[in-house]
Amino acid sequence: MGAELVSQFVVLVLAIALGFELISSVPSLLHTPLMSATNAIHGIVVVGALVVVLTATETLTLVLGLVAVFFGTVNVVGGFIVTNRMLEMFRGAGRGRGR
Amino acid sequence: MSLGIGTTLAYLAAAVLFIFGIRILRSPLTARAGNLIAAVGMVVAIVATFFEFKADVSTLLLIAGVLAVGSGVGAVTAIRVPMTSMPQFVAAFNGVGGGAAALISFSELYKLSQLGLAEQSFVILLAILFGILIGGVSFSGSAVAFTKLEELAFGGSVTFPLQKGVNAVLFLAAVAAGVNVLIGGPLPVAAGVAVLGIALLLGVLLVIPIGGADMPIVISLLNAFTGLAAAASGFSLGNTVLIIAGALVGASGTILTYLMSAALGRPLSKILFGAVAAAGQEEAEGHDKPVTSGSPEDVGSMLANEADSVIFIPGYGLAVAQAQSAMADLMRTLESQGKEVRFAIHPVAGRMPGHMNVLLAEASVPADKLVDLEDINDEFDETDAVVIVGANDVVNPSAREDGNSPIAGMPILNADHARNVVFVKRSLSPGFAGIDNPLFYDQDRTTMLFSDAKEGLEGVTEAVRNQG
Repeated sequence: MGAELVSQFVVLVLAIALGFELISSVPSLLHTPLMSATNAIHGIVVVGALVVVLTATETLTLVLGLVAVFFGTVNVVGGFIVTNRMLEMFRGAGRGRGR
Repeated sequence: MSLGIGTTLAYLAAAVLFIFGIRILRSPLTARAGNLIAAVGMVVAIVATFFEFKADVSTLLLIAGVLAVGSGVGAVTAIRVPMTSMPQFVAAFNGVGGGAAALISFSELYKLSQLGLAEQSFVILLAILFGILIGGVSFSGSAVAFTKLEELAFGGSVTFPLQKGVNAVLFLAAVAAGVNVLIGGPLPVAAGVAVLGIALLLGVLLVIPIGGADMPIVISLLNAFTGLAAAASGFSLGNTVLIIAGALVGASGTILTYLMSAALGRPLSKILFGAVAAAGQEEAEGHDKPVTSGSPEDVGSMLANEADSVIFIPGYGLAVAQAQSAMADLMRTLESQGKEVRFAIHPVAGRMPGHMNVLLAEASVPADKLVDLEDINDEFDETDAVVIVGANDVVNPSAREDGNSPIAGMPILNADHARNVVFVKRSLSPGFAGIDNPLFYDQDRTTMLFSDAKEGLEGVTEAVRNQG
């Protein structure tokens, strides 16, 4: 394993630890929005798809990359908007009362 | 490949925004801001990528076109989806993300195979294969979850002989194809296609035997899978923001999956490999047992005259009947007569944890009226009336008392401890888990109001008004 891979592995493990820590104390009413928001965040694959397209030298990788960009964009845009719709309703209902 | 300093810092900023966004998503008051902050992080990461990798104008135009179409499809779908159908659309958005991760990993495999796989790092190849496998499973598994929840196909539990054996053989075949790539065997790209094909098949086969009631847990698990696949594609591309965001989602999705399966009392191993045999067995039994049925007027007069404290228990059936507003009206009518009304929210009321909270919020029920199972369960003993609408399994005492019940051990709301129980239900049909509920036949305590949820609740509200 090269030095770069090792540092990426370190980043991976730290991010996993952080992910566990972030979620362990969430009121159950927020589980669905949270699932939906994390669902939108893994739409980060769109960045990977863009890298594939931007560095493509052959038609095959270009096409695969563009399909992946499409999928990733649907994931990101749909995910964040649906989450926002859910959370907007909480705000409307809980206005002035808090919790 | 190494990224430039500017890009690395922008990716770092995006990662921090994701972390901070998830952090403040934990509180209802700041949750919406958290989602927006995470979305800003996404924009930062995407823009930085264009600065890092230069491309010619025609490629950029192609990308712009695809981004526009993808955004349009995502936005229109997300804006149109009714809140009751949310779980399946979360599954759909998750599936395309998994598909993207699988395609990225596959195209990296192709690219590296052109350069000669023998010189490539074992870890990178492993990450690529993992990304193809997990991303593919997530894509087709989510597609099946979507069709199940939309009730398009694969209703109930689809099983066939030797299912587990077939799955195991397929998995081993995928591993064999993967090992072929890792040891520099022949036809690595074809092997990659094989891994992808098997992954798609496995995703379908793993999800079709799972019943609708367990589907939210499956979606949550597939959400974690897509996160891991994204992290894997981050390894193969040497892209830190993919690794961080993917790992965050992989870890948080795993925790959410665990929380949900704990709330349902259904261990994950049982859901994935149990092939739900027990459900439906008792369906025929009990339909001729006597029940006390009542009219909306009977229920209204009981609530108006005999009840000072009332607890509503909403279930998914309430949402299907679009009766949330009717329930909110009944709440306000009872409150105007000085009665205390609260909503008891089972952790899996609706189809996902928190789903019912969203649906009731849509009907303008104040959040402080919604009480979680642990906080309200001891109070049923001092409650005059419980009104259960569109829920069944979550108040089924057999989960507590009958060790052989398919839902044994699932935490339930102690509705059977209240003085009066009202079920608003179309018929005596069993619930999602297909299990009869002994509480239906407790004639001294329980009144069955056989009706559509919306009409029934409106009738009761009318009757309460007339009494007051």
